Amino acid sequence: MIQTKYKLFLLVVPFMVFTFIFAYLPLWGWLYAFVDYRAGRSIFEMDYVGFKWFSMLVYSEQQIYEILRVLKNTLGISFLSLLFSFLPMAFAILLYEIRSIRMRKIVQTLTTIPHFISWVLVYSVVFSLLAVDSGVVNNLLIDLGLIQKPINFLASSDHIWLKMVGLEIWKGLGWGAILYLAAINGISQDLYEAARIDGAGRFRCVWHITIPGLLPTFFVLLLLAVANMINTGMDQFFVFSNAMNKSSIEVLDLYTYNIGLLKGNFSLATVISILKTIVSLTLLFSVNRLSKTLRGESIF
Amino acid sequence: MSDTKMNIKLNKGSKLQGDKKENLSPSEKVFNVFNYLFFISFMLLCVYPFYYIFINTISDNVLSARGMIRFIPQGIHFGNYIQVLQIPNIYHALMISVLRTVIGTLLTVLVSGFLGFMMTQRKMWMRTFVYRYFITTMYVGGGIIPVYLLFNQLGLLDNFLVYIIPGMVSAFNMILVKTYVENSIPHELQESAEMDGAGIGTVFFKIAFPLMMPILATLAIFSAVGQWNSFMDTVIYVTKEDLHTLQYVLYRYLSQATALANIVNSGTVSGEEVSANMQTAQSIKLTVTMIVVIPIFLVYPFFQRFFVKGIMIGAVKG
Repeated sequence: MIQTKYKLFLLVVPFMVFTFIFAYLPLWGWLYAFVDYRAGRSIFEMDYVGFKWFSMLVYSEQQIYEILRVLKNTLGISFLSLLFSFLPMAFAILLYEIRSIRMRKIVQTLTTIPHFISWVLVYSVVFSLLAVDSGVVNNLLIDLGLIQKPINFLASSDHIWLKMVGLEIWKGLGWGAILYLAAINGISQDLYEAARIDGAGRFRCVWHITIPGLLPTFFVLLLLAVANMINTGMDQFFVFSNAMNKSSIEVLDLYTYNIGLLKGNFSLATVISILKTIVSLTLLFSVNRLSKTLRGESIF
Repeated sequence: MSDTKMNIKLNKGSKLQGDKKENLSPSEKVFNVFNYLFFISFMLLCVYPFYYIFINTISDNVLSARGMIRFIPQGIHFGNYIQVLQIPNIYHALMISVLRTVIGTLLTVLVSGFLGFMMTQRKMWMRTFVYRYFITTMYVGGGIIPVYLLFNQLGLLDNFLVYIIPGMVSAFNMILVKTYVENSIPHELQESAEMDGAGIGTVFFKIAFPLMMPILATLAIFSAVGQWNSFMDTVIYVTKEDLHTLQYVLYRYLSQATALANIVNSGTVSGEEVSANMQTAQSIKLTVTMIVVIPIFLVYPFFQRFFVKGIMIGAVKG
């Protein structure tokens, strides 16, 4: 009879094997960055080329320009969304100032809907609202005499970062506010009572009690967002990219997909994945250290 | 007019909360008006797009193609839905989406439930190592190409299993279950069952599993929405047409619609040929969009109460 402690361990072993295959084995695939990839061969039969692909990243002026462009897009979009990251907090504070509980519930219900819609659907919705020939937005603008000719909003790279961040905000604002609303509910009512007795009005209560009460939450989320600056994901940018806006919408994740799977340069794409993982782990640990120094608490 | 209405609403609201301060200062009144206006406009911004698409799918297709349907449906008919569901590949894609949602959700919920529960077993050999072993996967990944090549070797490309297998073990879900079990299922329950001779299997299936239902329901809802919405995996790993999901088919229609619109504009096909319930590129697009959105709207009221729970336990440290 095996001892209980080993039996318990043996029960999770199958899942550890599974995780090894799907999460750790791909790390072995990092070796593709050091060889000349050839389809249909084992990695041991490919030529070892050392750091050739790493130097390829900055080999030609054109390649450097490409990388800088992609990094600029990634960081630009991330930075813009960091700039607006106070919005969910503001949304929650304003919503809390609505005294009618029923109204609050309605607002919450309706504004969380976009969070559960995939980016393809968002694209479809935006596409039909902004369509050049039949979209309601162009038609209304023309009827109101604000524009002469329909605008093709999606097929241009003007303000594309802002448009992307705007859509992100539309999708995530109501959802993001839930965490802050829960945090507001956690603030002791005694504080408000005391402030009111001292003659503080509504605005002063918000300024001196609610906002300071929410800042720790805001701070943690901000740090996590900073740590994730280069992990923008690719769904959104994949569906919204087209020939006209491609150069300013291509973020790192999308670029990796494009050169890897579309252009078939597996080794170069792997190099980018490796560098990305290293940078994002470094960011995560530095942000965590920062949090430890500033707040005396780690964030994960 | 509308200001007074709002004030009445507000007063009612304050009574609801038992707020005794009834007389608001002028600046507070102005603030309230703007606050309400802001939320009403944002709500419209969230709801109107879906309403717009819906009324266009049930309206006269000629009027819709000309952009005449903006706020009120006209010439109501349901022909679009009937015809679109008869397009063979849409029906097939719907089935694939439903299958991956149901099977994928069941698998990940069962596995996360089991692993999360096992992680609370203090007697387990090397428990801390096992736990860290799973958690590390949240921060380190191989990247798109190594994963793609691995799936290729495992025969997962162009295989239905690619939708449900790789996401089966989720460290994040495991943490949620572990935290829940530690906080809300008393350890004494397990101890007393073990005194009566129950093994770990009996403890899990007969005691822990039924008690874990609230957290498992939360996980199920979130992973079902995730599965239904999942899109990039089809783009990356699937080329076979009969494995396309509804999301992917919709995406393809959208990219083709631009080409179709160009043909219409260049005059080869005249927009006037369209009759009231004949399919246009737009009507197909909008109808498929509605078919993808409707399931989410249908389950939405049921899972709304899980939101705060879902997001709060997510915030708890693992």
